[in-house]
Amino acid sequence: MRTLLKLTWVELKLFVREPITMVFTFALPLIFLFVMGGVFKNNPDPDVYRGVGAIDYYTPAYIALVIGSIAVVGLPVHFTAYRERGVLRRFRASPIPLWTIFGSQVLVSLVIAAVGGVLVTVAAKLAFNIGMPESPGLVIGAFIAGVLSFVAFGILLGSLLPTTRAAQGLGLILIIIMLILGGAGPPREVMTSVMRGVGDATPLRYVIVLIQDPWLGFGWNWAFFLIVMGIMVVASLLSRRLFRWE
Amino acid sequence: MKKVIEVEHLRKAYGSLVAVNDVSFSVAEGEIFGILGPNGAGKTTTVECVQGLRPFDSGLIHVLGLDPKSDGIALRQLIGSQLQESALPDRIKVWEALDLFSSFLPHSLNWCELMNQWGLAEKRNASFSSLSGGQRQRLLVALALVNNPKIVFLDEMTAGLDPAARHVAWDLIRAIRERGTTVVLVTHFMDEAEHLCDRLAIVDQGKLVALDTPQGLITTYANQSKVVFTAEHTDLPWLKQIPHVRSVTRHGPRVEVEGTGPVLALVAASLVDHGIVPSDLRTEQPTLEDVFLNITGHGAHN
Ligand SMILES: Nc1ncnc2c1ncn2[C@@H]1O[C@H](COP(=O)(O)OP(=O)(O)O)[C@@H](O)[C@H]1O
Ligand SMILES: [Mg+2]
Repeated sequence: MRTLLKLTWVELKLFVREPITMVFTFALPLIFLFVMGGVFKNNPDPDVYRGVGAIDYYTPAYIALVIGSIAVVGLPVHFTAYRERGVLRRFRASPIPLWTIFGSQVLVSLVIAAVGGVLVTVAAKLAFNIGMPESPGLVIGAFIAGVLSFVAFGILLGSLLPTTRAAQGLGLILIIIMLILGGAGPPREVMTSVMRGVGDATPLRYVIVLIQDPWLGFGWNWAFFLIVMGIMVVASLLSRRLFRWE
Repeated sequence: MKKVIEVEHLRKAYGSLVAVNDVSFSVAEGEIFGILGPNGAGKTTTVECVQGLRPFDSGLIHVLGLDPKSDGIALRQLIGSQLQESALPDRIKVWEALDLFSSFLPHSLNWCELMNQWGLAEKRNASFSSLSGGQRQRLLVALALVNNPKIVFLDEMTAGLDPAARHVAWDLIRAIRERGTTVVLVTHFMDEAEHLCDRLAIVDQGKLVALDTPQGLITTYANQSKVVFTAEHTDLPWLKQIPHVRSVTRHGPRVEVEGTGPVLALVAASLVDHGIVPSDLRTEQPTLEDVFLNITGHGAHN
């Protein structure tokens, strides 16, 4: 436990010392927030955005985007770089169990995602006066489920991808597809059916809706919750099998 | 002496390349055991198999009564590792790394003391990526020691250290042994092996070719010493008649007499008898370098 907390604390400090990763993680959702907010304002329209204002709709999606960019870009790059440089070899040679290394990444991601989520929420409230969550407890629950699921997904990518360059390239492509088609881009109502199909295939869509539903007062989405948990279980099991120290 | 490491018929191949071929040895508690050989000899593969960091094809390994294949985590609580190819995160600070690695086990040493011993105190707040090669190496060695291990594995520990730092490192390794820690030292430096190790395994192309104390190896495999002096006399036929002398060669005024055992004293006495008193008479003792050449037919830096 002491090791887990210490490793988490060190990893958090390392994250803060890596300005590019930090700017990417925190700035990307804020840029989208202000661009989309500037274009669409936050007036409800019954035909799009599930009948709420654009930014009421997007804020939960951008919170999910923070989770997505941590897990799909940050974590795979982190793990592949550690593997390439021999950091994982060094960890492996010490009596530190694999679950401690994974666990510290879960905690670090939770903290970073929470900071990013609060940042997005505060900015959206101040700039566009969004409505606060209808069911805050459920939103927090959905947020945590989303982080757990995506961290497992990110560790899986980090276990599968051979190099840092591959992780950077694939991570960016994945996050852009997820962002545009998974629910943080154009409203579903205006997408073609192919676009919707691809959107349905991106894990981020389920996290977005899982957070969005209780935020907007649609309650807890059990079906999507099970999908999110399913992704977590499958990704965890695969990561355990496929993880490579070198 | 209690044996802390036993390796029997270890074999490990990478595809068709047999990196370790039927290697057997044991290490006694409290000794500095050296594994010496040229690059590519299979040293790293051997010690990483022993530490449970690489799977191997066949053979038996026991370390402190544990099987590295099945008891990896338990074993790593008892040993310390400085790996040949490893690193820390770029932006981790020296003190953070020591603090982190000392948190892995309850019986860790005081890392401040280690940091001072290994000359890292003024680099305490420097990030890993800003350290020189030698400083990184010393940090990695300090990390191997921070858990107060029963056995410490050092793989090319002095690679990247300048000569002064190497000698400091040797003294520190001896001090570690004085505290009762067994040291397994992998190196391709002859002088390091000769000065530091109690016993030495010489490996070449995956095979263990000799195992003894450094002096024992020299006595067995390089028993010739060389007496060297300068003399203007052109003709010294009587030199060859001296007992224990094997050969005499001249390079201008420089005379080299090769022989065994007490050859120096006999040559010196004989020179005086013939009225020759060179002021530069000296012997060149055989070193591990000669042992290595004699056993393998090539040097260690090929
Ligand atoms: N992971 C690996 N995959 C393939 N070949 C390897 C690997 N590690 C080492 N080798 C090869 O095995 C041989 C022994 O290597 P190594 O154990 O590192 O030797 P040493 O430490 O004595 O220099 C070398 O020919 C090396 O190229
Ligand atoms: Mg090596």
